[in-house]
Amino acid sequence: MEHVVIVGNGIAGITAARHIRKNSNKKITIISAESEHFFSRTALMYVYMGHMRFKDLKPYEDHFWSKNRIDLKQAYVEKVDTENKTLLFAEDETMTYDTLILATGSVPATYDWKGLELKGVQGLVSKQDLELLEKNAPNNEVCPKAIIVGGGLIGVELAEMLHTRKIEVTMLVREKGFWSSVLPDPDAQLISEHIKSHHINVLHEEELDKILGDEQGNVKGIRTKSGKEIQCNLVGITTGVKPKIDFLEGSGIATDKGILVNRLLQTNIKNVYAIGDCAQQHEAIGLRKPVEAVWYTGRMMGETVAQTICGNPFEYNPGNWFNSAKFFDIEYQTYGWVFSGKNKKTYEAHFHWKHPDNTKCITIAYHKENREFLGINTFGIRLRHEVLDHWLNTHQSVDAVVQNLDQANFDPEFYRSYFPEIKAAFSTSKQFKNHE
Amino acid sequence: MSRVQRDMALTGQPPAALNVIQKLGTALGVGGLLILVLAVFNLQLPSKTLWLSIALSALFGGIVLFSYGAYSDKQAGIKNDGVWFKSVSSRGFLAWIAGLALTGFYIVLYFKAELLGLNTEGKNFGLIALFDPLSKLLSGNPASQWFVYGTLYTIAILGFGIKFLWKYRHNRYERLRTISVMFFQTAFAFLIPEFMARLNSDDFSLPYYDLKNIWPLNYYNFEQYRVDSFISSGTIGLALLIFGIASIFIITPILTYKYGKRWYCSWVCGCGGLAETAGDSFRHLSDKSEFAWKVERWVVHSVLVFVVVMTTAVVATYLGYDAEKYWLTKDVFLIAVAVFLTVLFGLIWLFKKEELKQDARYGAIGYLVIVLALIGIHFSSGSTLFLIPAESLRTTYGFLIGSIFSGVIGTGFYPIFGNRVWCRFGCPMAAILGLQQRLFSKFRITTNGGQCISCGNCSSYCEMGIDVRAYAQKGENIVRASCVGCGICSAVCPRGVLKLENASTEKRINSREVLLGNDVDLMDYLNQN
Repeated sequence: MEHVVIVGNGIAGITAARHIRKNSNKKITIISAESEHFFSRTALMYVYMGHMRFKDLKPYEDHFWSKNRIDLKQAYVEKVDTENKTLLFAEDETMTYDTLILATGSVPATYDWKGLELKGVQGLVSKQDLELLEKNAPNNEVCPKAIIVGGGLIGVELAEMLHTRKIEVTMLVREKGFWSSVLPDPDAQLISEHIKSHHINVLHEEELDKILGDEQGNVKGIRTKSGKEIQCNLVGITTGVKPKIDFLEGSGIATDKGILVNRLLQTNIKNVYAIGDCAQQHEAIGLRKPVEAVWYTGRMMGETVAQTICGNPFEYNPGNWFNSAKFFDIEYQTYGWVFSGKNKKTYEAHFHWKHPDNTKCITIAYHKENREFLGINTFGIRLRHEVLDHWLNTHQSVDAVVQNLDQANFDPEFYRSYFPEIKAAFSTSKQFKNHE
Repeated sequence: MSRVQRDMALTGQPPAALNVIQKLGTALGVGGLLILVLAVFNLQLPSKTLWLSIALSALFGGIVLFSYGAYSDKQAGIKNDGVWFKSVSSRGFLAWIAGLALTGFYIVLYFKAELLGLNTEGKNFGLIALFDPLSKLLSGNPASQWFVYGTLYTIAILGFGIKFLWKYRHNRYERLRTISVMFFQTAFAFLIPEFMARLNSDDFSLPYYDLKNIWPLNYYNFEQYRVDSFISSGTIGLALLIFGIASIFIITPILTYKYGKRWYCSWVCGCGGLAETAGDSFRHLSDKSEFAWKVERWVVHSVLVFVVVMTTAVVATYLGYDAEKYWLTKDVFLIAVAVFLTVLFGLIWLFKKEELKQDARYGAIGYLVIVLALIGIHFSSGSTLFLIPAESLRTTYGFLIGSIFSGVIGTGFYPIFGNRVWCRFGCPMAAILGLQQRLFSKFRITTNGGQCISCGNCSSYCEMGIDVRAYAQKGENIVRASCVGCGICSAVCPRGVLKLENASTEKRINSREVLLGNDVDLMDYLNQN
């Protein structure tokens, strides 16, 4: 029987395993060094905040795996011997495979800062990072002050987490607005303001220069590139993630930033596939990035590679881009492409609306010339994925989209609708533009 | 039930402590409680009216002050920080104390009311006497243990209702729903029945009737003494009797078809009202395992069968044999029940068989055969209907289900098993509404395309123990018999994935292989297979 070995039990690897099981009788083994069972990485924050226990993060009951004949192996893969189709574990064991799926995910990306080795410096990606945080920052007596380097999704999660334990948090954000490498300026500003309203110090246009330690090797502060020194007991590094590929050195599997794959998610070695955060497309698909470290893309690659492995080759051809996040109390959803100031396309125009209470706003991107709807960001308003997906597929005009926004409403029942205000603001902005 | 796993708190002491205002609120509430406890021990308080007012105000004020301390300085949004760290909400020491105290209270209330000062022969004493002034003000009669219970119950729903309103002030669905349960408890369960008692005289006597309390939750509604007094109370009485029958056979199916069982369970019902307000801090304690779900299905439907059998037997005992005297004789009634059950079963089998799980099919057939056989045996051999005297069935049901299950376990164990144990495992009304909701309703919780990140907040905070995530992560809508539509899964979802809706019954359950967002061709290929 063909033995499919999946390295990594995150959403990509697990989705692949489930779909291979649905479509075949192959022997399936999932290897993970991080945890015995699949858990939702995106929910690690809720354990620290006391919303859930770690076991509540597991989407499937423990008996699910044996019932579906999916073997779980807790081990750390140190080397891949592609010639003999063998994995070498740190525990000195080996395992052979017929088909290998690499779904090893990401590790925190760091730069050449001094002091990264100090105690109290950490990222927040793995279960072990969470356990470490529980040691480094159990409360505000052990850890009165924390610095978070980087203004992205993990950074804001870490800020929210530490805030629940009344730890004073300061964030260093390189740009003028929060996550403004991705968000258009008005959206980024709204989020900046909201984070500050939760008593988080946000230092914009500040970058880390070095981390300062004491004699015992504990972190005691940081210095910014502008020369500011700030005292702290914890430094959270949240300047993005990079593919976990170091164990592939010498395996013959071609890598760049990530593991290079074609549209069938195959690497340069036969019967070796890579999916999820660790995979890198030779050429970007559409406007996507070659490496996409997002839950949803991991899942989609898992769904797709399972078909290919089960004898029904399908190219990875994801549909419209979508994503979501939550910044403290503000939910964010995006459908289609809305680019930040820096990455905005020449043809791209934005319509922006913000509620006076500063907790809700939308940005709609459209084509300047033909007025085609390109994408939407919403903050504090929920939209219906299916409807937006349909509008993007059918190339609706921005005018039609604004006119029909009600149809896409996904807020709970009885919620106040902001669509009349949005429509009014849109027609005002149109008149304004016509007069220009 | 497994012990709480505090696996991440290796060295941590996360803040679970109360702030000053919360401590003051707790002290005030406990002070009010203390007055009531002193009254139990028959301490002679100088002015009952005054001390009762002080005690009840302190209770209510304490809860409100606590809520103010908890939420006033925080921004609107989800407030679940530290839920699993606090002793009272994580099955810690305080939870067990609270559970034991509540359980003890229920046992005394149901079985030893004289300890609270009930005296049916003469004047009340103790705690119940303390409530006499309020009872006389409302109904003109001295208090009973049920009046004491009803008053405290209402105060709990109002006080913790305000807490809930504060906690979910950003969510209009939650606010309206909570105002609704607060209203129905105060008006329908507490005040109106007391005022109705004022109408009673020697020749006009309506039974105590909480109009929103529908059979079979109100399992005694069609007992002889009640039906007699309905009938003897002229048009009003007859109207109430007809309303009672219409509630379950006409009003309930229509509303459940349009809105799901939530119209009752989380907007109107008193048990639901207490669970949603006073029980809110315990909603995450419900068991989400598939095993618990299986137990739930068997137990709750068995209770439903039990109440149908019991009520049939009880009604049959007081119906006559002589068709000349009254058209509804015992035989007509029993045949009608048998025909009704058979037709109901037949229709479900004919139209909805595919939606029933295997154990549901076995269970339904098994129970129907047994009930019909017992009725048949009764007719053929003349043995006691259902082989057990109706009175024994009635007292057993009242003891096991009405008292032990709904009260002692259902509410007493809030801090251990969660706040909806009764509604989930025991309530026959919930079982009927659940069948309707599962098979004939427009209600569902819609999953928003492919946006789920499997975080588990929805499942964790589902008080009915539904593993909401199991559906959401498959992109599938949630259509479950037990869902009471409290809307908390949708509220706590960090990605806006869930929405409670009443919409077309077409494609209500939208099982699909690949989630929205992936390759259009792949979705077409797999989802059509």
